Amino acid sequence: MTATVAPPPESVRRNAVRGKKGRGGIAPPWFFAVPALLVYALVMLYPSIVGAGSAFTDWSGVGEQRSFVGLANFKQLIHDDQALGALRNTLFLTVAIVVVQNGLGLLLALGVHTTIKSRMLLRVIFFAPVVVSPVMVSFLWKYVYNPAPDAGLNAALGAVGLGSLRQDWLGNPSLAIWSVAFTVIWQCAGYSMVIFLAGLEGVPPELHESAMVDGAGTVARFRHITWPLLAPAVTINVMLSTVGGLTLFTQIIAMTNGGPGYATDTLSTVLYKQAFVFGKFGYSTAVALVLAVFVAAVSFIQIGYLRSRETAA
Amino acid sequence: MRMAYRPRTFVLELVMVAVAVAFLFPVYALVTLAFKDPGQIANAPLSPPNPPSVDSFGTAWQSASLGSALLNSTLITVSSVLALIVLGSLAAYFLARRASRLSYSLYILFLVGIILPFQLGMIPLYQLVNDLGLLGTYQGMILFYTGIQLPFTVFLYTGFIRSLPADYTHAALIDGASHLQAFRHVIFPLLRPITGTVLILNAVHIWNDFFTPLLYLGGSGRETVPVRIFAFVNEYTSDYGLVAAGLVLAALPILVVFLVLQRYVIRGFSSGLKG
Repeated sequence: MTATVAPPPESVRRNAVRGKKGRGGIAPPWFFAVPALLVYALVMLYPSIVGAGSAFTDWSGVGEQRSFVGLANFKQLIHDDQALGALRNTLFLTVAIVVVQNGLGLLLALGVHTTIKSRMLLRVIFFAPVVVSPVMVSFLWKYVYNPAPDAGLNAALGAVGLGSLRQDWLGNPSLAIWSVAFTVIWQCAGYSMVIFLAGLEGVPPELHESAMVDGAGTVARFRHITWPLLAPAVTINVMLSTVGGLTLFTQIIAMTNGGPGYATDTLSTVLYKQAFVFGKFGYSTAVALVLAVFVAAVSFIQIGYLRSRETAA
Repeated sequence: MRMAYRPRTFVLELVMVAVAVAFLFPVYALVTLAFKDPGQIANAPLSPPNPPSVDSFGTAWQSASLGSALLNSTLITVSSVLALIVLGSLAAYFLARRASRLSYSLYILFLVGIILPFQLGMIPLYQLVNDLGLLGTYQGMILFYTGIQLPFTVFLYTGFIRSLPADYTHAALIDGASHLQAFRHVIFPLLRPITGTVLILNAVHIWNDFFTPLLYLGGSGRETVPVRIFAFVNEYTSDYGLVAAGLVLAALPILVVFLVLQRYVIRGFSSGLKG
């Protein structure tokens, strides 16, 4: 490439002198990255480091007064029924959302990735909730879950003769967590769907055609052709919904505020309440650190898996 | 899978339409609610409004101060997305084009931000924003969104720039352009597809975000739409018709934008994560 460059202008010479050449081009100067780095460091890196540090203190959040308490916050955490319940709820919600949202998303994608006439309209309908604020979706479902027998879902059940199935959807402690999970699933299934659709569009039709010539049925073709080729879409979807599930907050605050009792508290709602309701910032950041470790662990495993698949392919 | 329209396809079509109808039930319930007066809500909760009344919409618009909330949301979203596009693309261009150990470490440092949950730094950041005198200001929110969304933005841009040939800049620099000129006139226009994705994903996220604006803007008079709606619904909780009208009005702007740009939005969401 250097052979085609006849008289090097000033900027090229400057770079050449310093010997900084990018991948086949002339490297841009450092100041390109500095503003982004400054903002990122100020908003994310610095507060996260301070946060991780204060997990080992008794900081109240007011003033600078704080003393090192070692692992006391974490010891308190493993004896704190509310925090442990929140951890259980978080994991439960995450598993429920990952499985059902992606299962549903895959079925929807397979359904609209066909020759049906309504396929474009259906994509728009199923995807639309994704762009709406989770606060509004939560309030919408809060009405649907209205405990009154003549409102929302209960009214609909009554109208189709299933009145006996009426429930206090958000007030029943064992049901509330499912109701919250379903709200998230309703909003996000369309997101999974479009990622699966992108995967399905990458499956060469010739593979299906030749398999059909060989007499493979729908199920066999899905198992041996579609499913293996969907692996990257599966990974992306599982990763997105796992992180979304682990950090679930808005829907809980808007629908149940963690109740009834602590039945729908998550790590995010507990750390929020500890910080802003009880003023225990040190303890709150300990909960946040536990959450961060979960999220980081899941992301690492999934990114590693995604990379190994990509290199294998 | 592109096959002819067969009887089986017709059955599938019916099933999918039925699923969509069930899927839309909550939306139907909400929209009809918004058009009913209290008497109709009590007597016929699920039937279509008869006659439809639009009184709730005016009241909801006023009580939730949706007009100023829309302005606040627009200002914060547009400024943040612009900052993200400028800072993100510049940094990514540097990271993608300079092959040194330091720039690679810097890239990894940005990637860490993608998996770092913001809850970890939430409280120290709140203090910092308070100390800087930025609580309750637009600038505070714009700074927050720019910082929090930069890792993802840098990740998207870097992946895209790496797939571009480097010759273009080369040529521009040889013609005597400065690095910034070369970036602005040669590179940045080539980034259009990924800039579209960056714009869509960040704009939707920032427009809909709830928790941080609640924390930073609550009571300032500069609340965004989700924060106003949260306060509004909690205040009028038992007035179903009014709450429904407020929710419909608040969700409408982004739904309209989505319907107009649906193809780009769906493509942005489905391609964004593959870089």
